[in-house]
Amino acid sequence: MAKAPKETGPRVDQPTGTEFVGHEWDGIEELNTPLPRWWLLTFYACILWALAYTVMFPAWPMISRATAGLTGWTSHGQLAAEMKAQQAKRAPIIAAIAATPIEALPAKPQLMNAAIEGGKAAFKVNCVQCHGSGAAGSKGYPNLNDDDWLWGGDLASIRYTIENGIRNPDHPATRQSQMPAFAGVLTDADVAAVVAHVRTISGQRAADALSAKGAQVFANNCAVCHGPQGRGGRQVGAPNLTDGIWLYGGDRATLTETVLKARQGVMPRWGHKLDAATITMLAAYVHSLGGGEATPAPLQQAAVPNVQPK
Amino acid sequence: MEEVILRGGAWYLAAFIAFLAAAFGVDTGFSVHMSIMCVAALIAAFASNAGFDYRLGHFVQPKGAASRYDDDLVRLGVIATLFWGMAGFLAGLYIALQLAFPALNLGLEYTTFGRLRPLHTSAVIFAFGGNALIATSFYVVQRTCRARLAFPALARFVFWGYQLFIVLAATGYLMGITEGREYAEPEWYVDLWLTVVWVAYLAVFVGTIVKRSEPHIYVANWFYLSFIITVAMLHLVNNLTVPVSFLGSKSYSAFAGVQDALTQWWYGHNAVGFFLTAGFLAMMYYFVPKQAERPVYSYRLSIIHFWSLIFLYIWAGPHHLHYTALPDWAQTLGMVFSVMLWMPSWGGMINGLMTLNGAWDKIRIDPIIRMMVMALAFYGMSTFEGPMMSIKAVNSLSHYTDWTIGHVHSGALGWNGMITFASLYYLVPRLWGRPRLYSLRMVNWHFWLSTIGIVLYASSMWVAGIMQGLMWREYGADGYLVYSFAETVAAMHPMYLIRATGGLLYLSGAIIMVYNVWQTIAGNIRTERSMTETPYDPEADRPLVAVPAE
Repeated sequence: MAKAPKETGPRVDQPTGTEFVGHEWDGIEELNTPLPRWWLLTFYACILWALAYTVMFPAWPMISRATAGLTGWTSHGQLAAEMKAQQAKRAPIIAAIAATPIEALPAKPQLMNAAIEGGKAAFKVNCVQCHGSGAAGSKGYPNLNDDDWLWGGDLASIRYTIENGIRNPDHPATRQSQMPAFAGVLTDADVAAVVAHVRTISGQRAADALSAKGAQVFANNCAVCHGPQGRGGRQVGAPNLTDGIWLYGGDRATLTETVLKARQGVMPRWGHKLDAATITMLAAYVHSLGGGEATPAPLQQAAVPNVQPK
Repeated sequence: MEEVILRGGAWYLAAFIAFLAAAFGVDTGFSVHMSIMCVAALIAAFASNAGFDYRLGHFVQPKGAASRYDDDLVRLGVIATLFWGMAGFLAGLYIALQLAFPALNLGLEYTTFGRLRPLHTSAVIFAFGGNALIATSFYVVQRTCRARLAFPALARFVFWGYQLFIVLAATGYLMGITEGREYAEPEWYVDLWLTVVWVAYLAVFVGTIVKRSEPHIYVANWFYLSFIITVAMLHLVNNLTVPVSFLGSKSYSAFAGVQDALTQWWYGHNAVGFFLTAGFLAMMYYFVPKQAERPVYSYRLSIIHFWSLIFLYIWAGPHHLHYTALPDWAQTLGMVFSVMLWMPSWGGMINGLMTLNGAWDKIRIDPIIRMMVMALAFYGMSTFEGPMMSIKAVNSLSHYTDWTIGHVHSGALGWNGMITFASLYYLVPRLWGRPRLYSLRMVNWHFWLSTIGIVLYASSMWVAGIMQGLMWREYGADGYLVYSFAETVAAMHPMYLIRATGGLLYLSGAIIMVYNVWQTIAGNIRTERSMTETPYDPEADRPLVAVPAE
């Protein structure tokens, strides 16, 4: 920039017609432009709004507490009001579900649909972490969309499983069973044979001498829980080994690992965390996913859960 | 001779102490860090005596140094800024891709998102931004005070000490050493080291201002000084921790619960306010009038907006804790101060943009000015968006969503990045004595790649954030939440891809810049068509035809 000649009175910047302040640093000068009016007024408006807001809402800290504000608003109050409104909206249907034994739900389609919707929401909060958002499960976590049930797929059985969990320590009512680990019990040859047998009855390989030997090992060690045909048993949550559905995997390596080390999958119990209606709704939702079974005749009555809320 | 022994001896002693700490460290990370410090101290011992002439028996000044500005550190700072910038941008792109493709975590603890994310944020804010601030502040303060740096040796310590801080912080993140405080992750001993460096920085800066030969202090120096002082205060308070062992890396905060959270966000917000806003406004106040060759628009506005910005910013932190355990009154405080902050923030934008009054044509012909204008535009956008997001009703939707990430990046990529690039483009030919940059057309490419990159980044994160917020809060007709968290993550996948594309464009622009700066320093000038010429084509001119009068 051209050096300004020494003048009397403020110099004026030609392109803008504004006076210079008169300072200069390394060639940088400053104009004496007044504050933009819109800027100043907006700034004032923000300050006024801020003051008004602090009168209306909790704001000024005093000795023991802050001023409450004219509106009486608190974040706790807002949350409580919103929760209360939601609860009030849901109260009639929740009360109706809670008052209905779960076996009676299918007879009341409107109530059943409401329960499935509620269960879907509760599932997304509590169950998707293990069973996945589509309830398809993953290794070690059962797929809930199929009709292969370890502990029973009717409404009451599902509800009992959710309420009491599987293999929960210190909870007598929990679903309980324990497959023994056969490492050190069976020889390696026996393990290989029984794995071959299981892969044969599940249709993965043809029968041969090895599987025939395995059938004998199976009959001696496994049939007590999995049944002579390997079709499993729901009293002890023993899986059906003849179908194509595997909780941990049906390949040779995985089956060998299962036989040697056993599996002790744990599902938490929800009876002490969720209310009775929510557990019923969860059971209804899981039942609705595709594999739900009809309530059986009195045969299963012994295992039918205690419906009372904890 | 005593000076040699004193100077070198102090560093050798420091190296020995670091060696002992490395040997007796209770965890591997601490020992690795102390080994790094030991090596650094040995290099410093060697370097501190490099200027000693053993025949003359005293330290020698480089020839003619007293008559020139002290620019060696600024040159180093420009290179460091670009180096760390590349590291930070690359880390950013990688973690953006990790969010879209989790397999890129590679199953190694060192390459998980949780460790690379602080590496990215610290690399861009503190390594790239911090080096830009230190380098430009040394350049600007000397020229606007017409004085050499007050304590040249201390200034060298500031630069190299700051690089050591960056190396310690970055290696610490990869090893999992962290305080877990966002933007203040380094552990206690790294914090102590930074405190020493920062106090030295303050001494150099204030010392230079004190010995100035100009009657007044230029506005850029107000902003630099406020940045240095406030960051010192924030850093000290937020890092009050108790080490588990003086020979170990772990420490615990002196505060607990919501007090700890408020301290952290008082720090976090003012790191944005004083590091990324005040410091970079200082750069703007020097480089925009210089590049535009125009006087600053309004001296009065610079005073009012400086003091209102400084006064209001420090109270706005609680808006990071809306709808939490923080008492309602403190949330109100954070919100109303944020809203009042809107105009003071915009004061800087107005002063920057309106400085182009009388030189608006430069936007068309000068890609560096174009970058500066885009930087100021993004500064204006994010300082409007910030107060808006601090309003509780908006925050209840935007909080915890990727909208926040978009907001931060429109500020960081748009404002901090662009103004830094423009300032470096201004500095490089001047620092290395070149007639001009290697290529202005490459600056133009850089401008457009960055701008499109930012637009893709910010808009995809707006969409992702608002979608996420709406999905989280959506209730069905039955009064139940409609979506699970995993479903909201799945829904954001396309947005994550667009964001990563934006990051790739931004990184590409920066790579072009590195090449351009490299060539400029090497002394090359690219033969290229000028940006400004409109070619003369006589055929296109219509001859004047007489029009009969009506």
